[in-house]
Amino acid sequence: MTTTLASPNVAATAPLPAAARTRDRWQFWGRMLVLPYVLVFLVFVLYPVGYGLWLARHPSSYVRLFDDPIFFRSVVNTLIFLIVAINLKMVVALILSGFFVQQRWWIKVLSLIFILPWALPSIPTILSVRFMLNPEWGVINTLIFRLSGADGPNWLNHPPLALGFSMLMHIWKSLPFWTLILIAGRLAIPHEQYEAASVDGATNWQKFRFITWPSMRTLYVTSLILSMIWTLGDFNSVYLLTGGGPADLTHVLATLGIRYLRLDEVDLSMAAIVVALPLVLPLVYFMMKRLSK
Amino acid sequence: MKWKAVATEAKLLLIGIPLFLWTVIPVYHLVLFAISPRDSATSGKLWPDHPTLQNFAIVFQRKHFYLDHFWIQLWNSVLIAVAVAAITLFVATSAAFAISRLKVRGGRTVMNLALFTYFIPAAFLAVPMYKTMGNYGILNSQWALILAMVTIASPYCIWVLKQASDKLPFELDEAARMDGASPLQLFRLVYLPLMVPSLVAVGTYALLLAWNEYLYAFLLLSNDTSTTLAVALGNFLSADDSPWELLMATGLIYALPPAAIYYAFKRYMVGGLTAGAVKS
Repeated sequence: MTTTLASPNVAATAPLPAAARTRDRWQFWGRMLVLPYVLVFLVFVLYPVGYGLWLARHPSSYVRLFDDPIFFRSVVNTLIFLIVAINLKMVVALILSGFFVQQRWWIKVLSLIFILPWALPSIPTILSVRFMLNPEWGVINTLIFRLSGADGPNWLNHPPLALGFSMLMHIWKSLPFWTLILIAGRLAIPHEQYEAASVDGATNWQKFRFITWPSMRTLYVTSLILSMIWTLGDFNSVYLLTGGGPADLTHVLATLGIRYLRLDEVDLSMAAIVVALPLVLPLVYFMMKRLSK
Repeated sequence: MKWKAVATEAKLLLIGIPLFLWTVIPVYHLVLFAISPRDSATSGKLWPDHPTLQNFAIVFQRKHFYLDHFWIQLWNSVLIAVAVAAITLFVATSAAFAISRLKVRGGRTVMNLALFTYFIPAAFLAVPMYKTMGNYGILNSQWALILAMVTIASPYCIWVLKQASDKLPFELDEAARMDGASPLQLFRLVYLPLMVPSLVAVGTYALLLAWNEYLYAFLLLSNDTSTTLAVALGNFLSADDSPWELLMATGLIYALPPAAIYYAFKRYMVGGLTAGAVKS
């Protein structure tokens, strides 16, 4: 019975009916156990994505989208965010990973404190920074006034400054995580290599250039790409600090969708995401290649 | 030689001190506000003349318009975070077991779909998710947020659990099979006990992800009594004359549980996350 139903290659490798029956049973339970996630995927990923693409089907949406100066501003802001903030963050994380692997008691203590931004939820700390930057009552302008007698600038009312602070906020929040990742990478390098280099009289720069960097390059690039993908979705750093303002000039793609939703323009919101896909999909493809081995 | 050692220490301190200030200032500002009386909070002092717990008392007694639903919102945050963690653990563990140990046909495809979901920026999925929940008729129900967060949390959990499962020796499964164990017995008696450290890591991850979520919470839940504390904090921004000291006190209450959990499970978290984010 079982052998007649089994496909030829299964029958060839498992001629015993009992073994084939066991295998069928294990496959059955395999399917049952994988089913919950498959359902989650179909109902809450595939359908929303499909529905979103369907909403984005009107060519007129794209005409209106490209007519909207805020859309272009958001794309530019997103690119600035990705190129400036991410590279700055990763270079600093690389340097700090070298700092944190030093053996000192106070560096151990500092590393516990350093994790705080990552451990704390982002909302209270972002709001805390937002109040620090308040032009009238914020602590920064209060100190400026006390020291110089002059009124400080209206920090978040100046688009480049406001975007700059959003980027700093993002770096503040996610720097600990990437530093941890790069520390793990550094600790994986065998210590003998550095000792041998010291014997040969290598300088610190040469050690970094010829030992550290070659073994960390892959990790660094993977982290960079992954960080870019996550940053594309970083809604809080911008939305809670600047609200996309002043005059909608600091929106990024992550917050633009919400802006269109507020304006009751869901089609535009979906069209904006479709336009961003050429930016996102290569990054996603790269990461899937890396991780799905 | 001695001078060189001093110079090294000086260089380390030159990195360490700014790093300390950079990390601590926003957090210190948050705490300072939370323990300052209303009129002295904005004075720019490094420590208030009369530190007080008054703000916390006001929050707990809900003596402000913004805090009318404080307790129910706190409860909602707890409930949703725990539900997300439990459901995600169930979905992710069973999927990882099926893919990694039972070698279910098509498991690789499922893994790739999960990875693909993991790499969709969450903010991009937010509007379609919002419309979808509307279509399903569960918008404004807490199930909408729970299911959305399970969707976002499970791909990473499945991936981490699969990586960890692949490392378990297969002889265990074979021995259990020889003894006539059913797949479910293998799952319950062999697999789960061995996976405890990874389960702690991904459970904590899902719990914190749900507790910290703001965007999905404010999109999917618009009712003051069904929403979470995260959204309540954001609502303070709706007026210019918000009571900052109360916002900061509430924010501190909101921030402490996840930070405590994070530090308590740091060992698992860091191991799981670093192994998960970068497989080189």
